[in-house]
Amino acid sequence: MNKRSSWALPYFIFMVLFVVLPLLLVVVYAFQDASGGFTLANITKFFTDSDALSTFALSIEVAIENTALCILIGYPAAYILADKKLNRSAVTVVLFILPMWINALMRTLATAELFNMAGITLGKGTLLFGMCYDYPPFMIYPIYNVLAKMDKSYAEAAEDLGARPREVFLKVTLPLSMPGVTSGILMVFMPTVSTFAISEFLTNNKIKLFGTIIQENINNSMWNYGAALALVMLIIIGITSLFQGKDTAEAAAGGAAI
Amino acid sequence: MMSAKKTAARAYIVLLLIVLYAPIIFIAVCSFTEAKSLGNWTGFSLNLYKSLFTGGMQNSEALLSAVRNTLLIALVASIVATLLGTVAAIGIYNLRGRKKQVMQLLNSVPMINPDIITGVSLFLLFVFLRFSQGYTTVILAHITFCTPYVVLNVLPKLSQMNPNVYEAALDLGATPFQALRKVLIPALRPGMISGFILSFTMSLDDFAVTFFTRGTIGLDTLSTFIYTDARKGGLTPELRPLMTIIFLIILVVLLVVNIRKSKENTEK
Repeated sequence: MNKRSSWALPYFIFMVLFVVLPLLLVVVYAFQDASGGFTLANITKFFTDSDALSTFALSIEVAIENTALCILIGYPAAYILADKKLNRSAVTVVLFILPMWINALMRTLATAELFNMAGITLGKGTLLFGMCYDYPPFMIYPIYNVLAKMDKSYAEAAEDLGARPREVFLKVTLPLSMPGVTSGILMVFMPTVSTFAISEFLTNNKIKLFGTIIQENINNSMWNYGAALALVMLIIIGITSLFQGKDTAEAAAGGAAI
Repeated sequence: MMSAKKTAARAYIVLLLIVLYAPIIFIAVCSFTEAKSLGNWTGFSLNLYKSLFTGGMQNSEALLSAVRNTLLIALVASIVATLLGTVAAIGIYNLRGRKKQVMQLLNSVPMINPDIITGVSLFLLFVFLRFSQGYTTVILAHITFCTPYVVLNVLPKLSQMNPNVYEAALDLGATPFQALRKVLIPALRPGMISGFILSFTMSLDDFAVTFFTRGTIGLDTLSTFIYTDARKGGLTPELRPLMTIIFLIILVVLLVVNIRKSKENTEK
């Protein structure tokens, strides 16, 4: 039995090489100048670069709004899909994943074109609305998964004990489904902050999000500053994942696993 | 009263689906006209389909090689990820205590990292190792973000199976390889298959990680092709029929699989 635990070794080596080492390199490059010497210049550059700072603030703002919108749209959908009385067909659930198989960039371009045709100017409004196209499945699935597996007897017990439907939902169903919501937030929030192509297409390059700035620096061979910006994001990821339970990632993966 | 609620619920789902599918249907409709830019309608025509298959367009070679690259990379990456992830899951399942926690934590890192972090950090790794970037680096990068999902899909299958069956096979004289092939793999197969499908999907749809790890040799997948194309202004019109065909294939496959699955369930 114990011998087979050594089967984890190849993966461990792989992960150290392709996950741990690259992340360490982000930190190393962030504190280096172009010739390889230690410097804090990249970090101080970020805090004095008003362009980068305002983009950063805007990205966080857009991400919060997008996440909130996804919860508002996605929770009711997940609730309906998981309720056997309201939806008995597994095909409906599949219909929600299907668009994810079509290239996201292509879908985004078509969405932007639809806005154009409707005479809506591309800007922050279309950015938010357009991102709502790409992300709700990531919100719906984790919540759907948790709701579908939830033990119905809790809600029934609350009902038997005299709770009104609203109370049953607010005091039983909603708290029990929170792991799904948190993993949905995790799947939507950081990707929104870091998106680059999608935000460029949806606003006709008028609005830059943080991901675009990282991309521009890396592509213009400003690796050290790009790494410093990536480090800022890593720190935020670290902070947000502290708030998440440890099964969050697992619920998220289960959600993606159809 | 129940039925009013039901109608409202159904209307909500239908509305969401309409909004979600609008861009795809838009692409499909526009694939039946010759207009160069998306959204113009110059009358019904099948010419885009014709030129997609006969290679009559200006950059047909580039588009077709992008499709080939996308499929090849997705196939290789998801096969390797499935093998690596399955072996890893067996190992992690048999680990105890701190080692197990470390492995589970490591496994969740690529899933939590946004694409751009995965892409940039791997880009720095390949720069640091002076590894020239191209097919190999893109495939390695895709394996990195796919394998954790295979691990998570295989682990539950391991806890569902009776651990004594494998030992029993060994006691009854099976070689470890036979026990693996005849006992372990069949029990894990559903998890391996869903891990493989998930990996394949994510690899197909990836843009950011490919973008940072493809180097400068002119390697394009569908995503990077579309990105460069759109930035140059104006998408290659033949992308419209291509996307329509891909969509129809996936629609049919998923519907057939799910209808068969629900039939099996009701028959049981």
